[in-house]
Amino acid sequence: MTATTPTNTSAAAARPAARKPVRLRSRAPHSVSSPRRSTLLTVLSGIVLLYALVPLFWLFVNATKTQSSLFSSFGLWFSGDFALFDNIARTLAYDDGIFGRWFANTVLYVVLGAGGATFLAVLGGYALAKFDFPGKRGVFATVIGAVAVPGTALAVPTFLMFSQMGLTNTPWAVIIPSLISPFGLYLMWVFAAEAIPTELLEAARVDGSSEFRTFFQVSLPLLAPGIVTVLLFTMVATWNNYFLPLIMLKDPSWYPLTLGLNAWNAQAATAGGEAIFDLVITGSLLTILPLIVAFLFLQRYWQSGLAAGSVKE
Amino acid sequence: MTTTSPPVAVPPPVDALSSRPVRRRRRSWIGWGFVGPFMAVFALVFLAPIAYSIYLSLFRTQMVGGTQFVGFDNYARAFGDPQFWSGVSRVGLFLLVQVPIMLGIALLVALAIDSGRLYGKNFFRISIFLPYAVPAVVATLMWGFMYGTRFGLVGNINDALGTSIPNPLSPDWVLLAIGNIVTWEFVGYNMLIFYSALRVIPTSLYEAAELDGASQWQVVRAIKIPAIRGSLVIATIFSIIGSFQLFNEPSILQSLAPNAITTYFTPNLYAYSLSFSGQQYNYSATVAIIMGVLTMIVAYVVQLRGMRKEA
Amino acid sequence: MSIRTTRALRAIAAAGVVALGLAACSSGGGGNDAGGDASSADDVAAALEEGGTLTVWAWEPTLTDVVSEFEAEYPNVDVELVNAGTGNDQYTALQNAIAAGKGVPDVAQVEYYALPQFALSDAVADLSAYGAADLDGTFTPGPWNAVQQGEGIYGLPMDSGPMALFYNEEVFTEHGVEVPTTWDGFVEAARALHEADPDVYITNDTGDAGFTTSLIWQAGGQPFQVEGTDVTVDLADEGSTQFAQTWQTLIDEDLLAPVSSWSDEWYQGLGNGTIATLAIGAWMPANLESGVPDGAGKWRVAPLPQWEDGASASAENGGSALSVPAASQNQALAYGFLEYANAGDGVQTRIDGGAFPATTAELESDEFQGYESEYFGGQKINEVLAQSAADVVEGWSYLPFQVYANSIFNDTVGQAYVSSTTLAEGLQAWQDASVTYGTDQGFTVNQ
Repeated sequence: MTATTPTNTSAAAARPAARKPVRLRSRAPHSVSSPRRSTLLTVLSGIVLLYALVPLFWLFVNATKTQSSLFSSFGLWFSGDFALFDNIARTLAYDDGIFGRWFANTVLYVVLGAGGATFLAVLGGYALAKFDFPGKRGVFATVIGAVAVPGTALAVPTFLMFSQMGLTNTPWAVIIPSLISPFGLYLMWVFAAEAIPTELLEAARVDGSSEFRTFFQVSLPLLAPGIVTVLLFTMVATWNNYFLPLIMLKDPSWYPLTLGLNAWNAQAATAGGEAIFDLVITGSLLTILPLIVAFLFLQRYWQSGLAAGSVKE
Repeated sequence: MTTTSPPVAVPPPVDALSSRPVRRRRRSWIGWGFVGPFMAVFALVFLAPIAYSIYLSLFRTQMVGGTQFVGFDNYARAFGDPQFWSGVSRVGLFLLVQVPIMLGIALLVALAIDSGRLYGKNFFRISIFLPYAVPAVVATLMWGFMYGTRFGLVGNINDALGTSIPNPLSPDWVLLAIGNIVTWEFVGYNMLIFYSALRVIPTSLYEAAELDGASQWQVVRAIKIPAIRGSLVIATIFSIIGSFQLFNEPSILQSLAPNAITTYFTPNLYAYSLSFSGQQYNYSATVAIIMGVLTMIVAYVVQLRGMRKEA
Repeated sequence: MSIRTTRALRAIAAAGVVALGLAACSSGGGGNDAGGDASSADDVAAALEEGGTLTVWAWEPTLTDVVSEFEAEYPNVDVELVNAGTGNDQYTALQNAIAAGKGVPDVAQVEYYALPQFALSDAVADLSAYGAADLDGTFTPGPWNAVQQGEGIYGLPMDSGPMALFYNEEVFTEHGVEVPTTWDGFVEAARALHEADPDVYITNDTGDAGFTTSLIWQAGGQPFQVEGTDVTVDLADEGSTQFAQTWQTLIDEDLLAPVSSWSDEWYQGLGNGTIATLAIGAWMPANLESGVPDGAGKWRVAPLPQWEDGASASAENGGSALSVPAASQNQALAYGFLEYANAGDGVQTRIDGGAFPATTAELESDEFQGYESEYFGGQKINEVLAQSAADVVEGWSYLPFQVYANSIFNDTVGQAYVSSTTLAEGLQAWQDASVTYGTDQGFTVNQ
């Protein structure tokens, strides 16, 4: 195998692969004969698997313990009492059920924030992929450049700006900043470039369709897997949003779950405050469940979305 | 570490789609109709605050004396500030160690899953990705509980096995402990990016290699890794930017390890403390701007090198 | 992209967001202006009659009951109690709101060490205008002193934290060690306990600014002296040095549990006997009762160990006041709430909820002192605590930037707990950093 082969073949591979419609490739074996299943490899990968799962297991196990057994039992195995449902009930009921309110807030932020971010990213990525417009290079350079600036540089100025506009301590202060997803923009750019044949657009234009109509009727359906991918990743980002809401929100009834859990954890550190570590742990478990479920159910889509998005290099 | 990864400016070769000349795209303003909404919000939440930040960095506000214009005094101060540079060197060290380890593990696992030689590879793929779905707050709280040497998991293990694992939250080990949390959070995510890139390599390549009599390792070295170079560069840049902006994990662990994690542990944490404990908004803006520029330079250099190797 | 386009875009964006903002719901509070520029007790009474809305930022849990009772007594007043964060988080939020000029609450809980900072910048209102001076004598000396700055009164004391030694009697009895009455005796007891059982420590410490300053206070030190914008920082004075020397012994001999206060490990240690004592403020019983159920019946309270044999000096550790931010539109009404909560019926409500008051009347009352705490094995803990309140050493002040100074405590003094730096060196570093900051902020700082 010559040294030049890889570059040639990869470049050659890029073009024909791009031509094919985006769909999940059925996995043919790498070699003509199917490879041997390797136990060694499985075991080694299993170590990484354990590494990934042990903390989650820890979380689950400790969510079943009462506060006193939290402190006295071994971290990785159950204690005598199985208090999971009890803990869940108390988590949901504590402080007049504020956990439920936090959950609703998070859903609101995710639906509006991630939904909005996906919408903006789809439009923007489509433009970058399919149109040549003045300032196009500048757009992308600016977006990346701005993202390299640390969030702390933006936090206080954004806060001051938003409070001038009367937006602080409202859901908008959380939603508006989460509408920008540079990763989503990039992904949609790459995906749109790959998934929408320009001939189709040309045909539609020739037919007299406006650009926006073309977008909605022709392009959007083709972008579906990419849209789902971006949606999922922005959902994760907004669900886990912590720093900016921390500064923007002062009213606990608008907290997302991340802020709420942090507040509960900090509660133990106040004179007269009640230590509720068991609720923090149970609450954490409840917080990560919806995302995990979402990922499990939608994995088909984001697999293909990421796959197609990685074609271009 | 931010979860919105800034993409590398490897412009998708929109021309590579076809060999036709550019004339098929019209150079018009219609593109702005689509990218406009994004840019409008972007201007509000990024550009305006950055501009304001730059403005702030040129002034100085005192508790006694009000606000004055000081030009580049703040920048001069930052360049001579030992706390700032200790933070910078710390994230630099973090970057040099944690990023290769994390990406290395991610790559190996992606290759392993892609090789088809694993039992139950779907289970692996999903499970290793799960930590990404966990918010940094929860991940840090969890690991914080587990790191406890008296009653946490580390303590339990020490008692049970008679080992003496050092306190992860002591000054000597805390950076490693944080590196562990960050690796745990993102190894699955990076693994997935690599795996997805591996999946689109056409099988014809493998068949050709098989015919040439190549071993699995040769296939990996000569086909797979070069083919995913773009993803490697993206992931590296994303991780670098994340490392420079390290904040969430040290900030949450600080109450557990107040002497190990100083207020200037990372540049971002320093900027945060300056703003919110010291009311020194101007200097804080300066620190953040300098970090932003540094990060941009490093990211750009990495991208250049990554792209150059491609050609 | 041309500059014009960027500006145009930004303008559109700003306009769009403003439109959104107008339609968005805004935070509560800031209702009717009750009485406008009221400046007398009559105006306060009038404001209470007329009613209105108050926003209160506080993390003190007992205030929930106070608020309901207050609303019952003054039906025209609607109080919104918000937990905007504890300690530093609250001060950050408050300062941000004041800087933005919007969303400032009508009442804010401010700990005593942080109050001078707000008072100096006139961020909180001078309450003498509403008759606060009449309350002289209502409060114990420590807190009352802490809310005054120059000629003004900037808050009403809510609770107080005269220090005492909380100890786990079971542990002392088990190992046959006597409960110390002096700090030298404390060091001896530390050695004895740790020798008897290496898992047991006399107390925990990983560097706590409040604790260190309180102990220096008790030793008669006055490291911080403030006169207007003239500040002196001397962390090598007699009291500071005495503390540093004694405490250094404990650090050198590894006699302090390396557990941070308020962590889950700390709660565990208090419950299972591995942390044997706490030298801490009088508000601790409520925390022990709710957070350390395993310790019920085992703990007792003793006077704080003394620096000199036979002395009876004490210091305050923690505790907060309620203040009225100067930007509030409802100052008279807010003062009405303050008076109720901190000098009126609210005090008893809070005592019932487990708070430790700052008012002499309650502290000296037979009912209060006669209270037998079940958690403390029937001991009349309030006798000890009230006595401590009376023994607080006079003449202490905090820096007008104590919040910042405390935030860098662990960066400087804290290093003595994890490296070969000594406490004295750490204190010097703390002093240097504080001086630098003070000078930077425009104060005249002497060392």
